[in-house]
Amino acid sequence: MDIDNNLICVKDLVKTYKMGDMQVFALRNVTLNIEKGAFVAIMGPSGSGKSTFMNVIGCLDYPTSGEYYIDNENVFKLNKDRLAELRNKKIGFIFQSFNILARTSAIENVELPMLYNSGIDTKERKERALAALKSVGLAERAFHMPNQLSGGQQQRVAIARSLVNNPLVIMADEPTGNLDTRSSYEIMEIFQKLNDKGITIVMVTHEMDIAQFARTNILFRDGKIVSNSEVIDRKIATDEIKNLPILDVNEVLT
Amino acid sequence: MKLINLLKIAYRSLSKNKLRVLLTMLGIIIGVASVIAMLAIGQGSKENIQTSMASLGINSVMIYPGSTNQGGVRMGAGSYSTLTLKDVDAINSKCDYITDVSPVVSKSSQVIAGNQNWHTNVVGGLNQYFKIRDLTVSVGSSFSATDEHTAAKVCVIGQTVSTNLFGENANPVGKFIRINSIPFKVVGLLAVKGQNTFGQDQDDIIIAPFSTVMKRMLSTLYLNSILASAKSENDIDNAKSQISTIIRIQHKLTPADQDDFTVRSQADIAKTFESISNVMTILLACIASISLLVGGIGIMNIMLVSVTERTREIGIRMAVGAKSRDVLFQFIIESIFISVLGGLIGIVLGILIAFLVSYFGKWPVVITGTSILLSFLFSSVVGIFFGWYPAKKASNLNPIDALRFE
Ligand SMILES: Nc1ncnc2c1ncn2[C@@H]1O[C@H](COP(=O)(O)OP(=O)(O)OP(=O)(O)O)[C@@H](O)[C@H]1O
Ligand SMILES: [Mg+2]
Repeated sequence: MDIDNNLICVKDLVKTYKMGDMQVFALRNVTLNIEKGAFVAIMGPSGSGKSTFMNVIGCLDYPTSGEYYIDNENVFKLNKDRLAELRNKKIGFIFQSFNILARTSAIENVELPMLYNSGIDTKERKERALAALKSVGLAERAFHMPNQLSGGQQQRVAIARSLVNNPLVIMADEPTGNLDTRSSYEIMEIFQKLNDKGITIVMVTHEMDIAQFARTNILFRDGKIVSNSEVIDRKIATDEIKNLPILDVNEVLT
Repeated sequence: MKLINLLKIAYRSLSKNKLRVLLTMLGIIIGVASVIAMLAIGQGSKENIQTSMASLGINSVMIYPGSTNQGGVRMGAGSYSTLTLKDVDAINSKCDYITDVSPVVSKSSQVIAGNQNWHTNVVGGLNQYFKIRDLTVSVGSSFSATDEHTAAKVCVIGQTVSTNLFGENANPVGKFIRINSIPFKVVGLLAVKGQNTFGQDQDDIIIAPFSTVMKRMLSTLYLNSILASAKSENDIDNAKSQISTIIRIQHKLTPADQDDFTVRSQADIAKTFESISNVMTILLACIASISLLVGGIGIMNIMLVSVTERTREIGIRMAVGAKSRDVLFQFIIESIFISVLGGLIGIVLGILIAFLVSYFGKWPVVITGTSILLSFLFSSVVGIFFGWYPAKKASNLNPIDALRFE
């Protein structure tokens, strides 16, 4: 296994679910290396195992068998506490359903990972949370509650939360699944900026045009990787947003 | 993990879920308050019985005419005419275990002073009567042996009688009253005793020399009862059996005959009442435990109902790097806070209720440390356990399972 140049090395990952007598294979011997600085989009039909794969490499779930190294650490040999530290310091995870704390302001949500990171004092925590919110364009919404924010804004809070501990990799499972085109592109713009700064990004998406913002596309089918290809004609989000048609209210009304 | 961070996390979580916190606390508050209030009421009545029993003269022995355990038509003790002065003399000379003895006669009478009148019980007794019943004269004096010999028309009156005849705070000593049209001179005022165990006003009484009541007011040879006091608590039982023997001989009863009198000690009555009030305390404790249990179930429910939401919350926290113990610590701090604060409010409320009951209900209450400690500990344990247990379960899940929990 080529650990040295790769941030993520996955070998023979198998995940089965028991449904009564039946065994459902969610992952069948998945082997994959992801380099530092990569921007990978994972695609594939529904039920092909994308989320299962993401949860395993995001250290949120255990596989049935297989090996997994992240940043040269043998993940499945770590105890639960070390795994929690890994999630805290090296991985930023973004969910399709946002998963931010209800009745908790944007800034407090973003502060959350830092509360579980003892190296950061109160002053630094506030500053970094605010900076993260600023980087996703939500500085002026810092003290809004989730129910006062749009879906796209909530997802940006989740992104701010995922990057606030300066992770090596951001993993996102359908981050734009609940969002309209403009919001989706805005998220891609953030991802591309983060990627340009050297942060590795792995995301799952159903949409071809979203996958075009990544550098590499991986295709899952039946719990296996069936293709792994460079993106030709990669799209740049900043440009795409400029080209989006601006909805003219007068035009619609007439 | 820094403690300050965990405290901050718990504080934020509490302040964001005020309704849930309040509802949980309510269970604890109600449980603790009701236990404290009820046990205070129960304990209060128990101690009230004990003190009022003691105030009757704990060593006193009473002899009533008639038997309480006769077959057939049962008549209450006291409705027979079998006791005479001869019995008193016999007891006085033959019983080794008593210090004082006094015959007692009484008559319900109309009393008039000036334009005021009052209906009360006039008791005739010897000077010893005061000693046996532990009565003290606060103003003036009790009557003398000479008064007894001459059947003097003097009397000692209780505070209630004095108030009704002469008004509040008046000094009745030296004044004259008419009992059934016979003029009596008031020579003393009894110290206030208040109500007895049965709720009777012990200050609503007039005491006159035995011979006066016997000769001037009643035309009978028989006594209502005989009152004696044992030398000490340990002599009560001996005194009782010896008095029985003496009176049986005095009344010439054969072994086949049943007693035509009843000997009872104050301690017997006290015991009966104590056991009654013990039953009451147990009953109240049962009710209190049930309310504590209901409170506990309330706490449990609200904790368990919020588990779905909280399991997802735990999933989110673990996904961003919380360790199992961080999560557990947060939940334990939260439940300790809720339980302790709820418990403290419950204690204050319980004490308040007890005081309101004693103030408005004129019911004696005694708040015991045990009831406070017991209810507080129980509700805290319940609160902390049901805060901890679901969190323990959730924090053992994989983050993804916690996030998917339904
Ligand atoms: N908790 C579970 N219990 C049982 N089976 C599961 C569970 N989670 C996933 N599966 C099964 O594993 C397979 C892969 O599921 P997964 O969620 O990874 O698919 P996916 O590629 O993310 O699909 P989608 O695009 O719809 O999100 C599916 O057949 C699914 O039914
Ligand atoms: Mg999925």
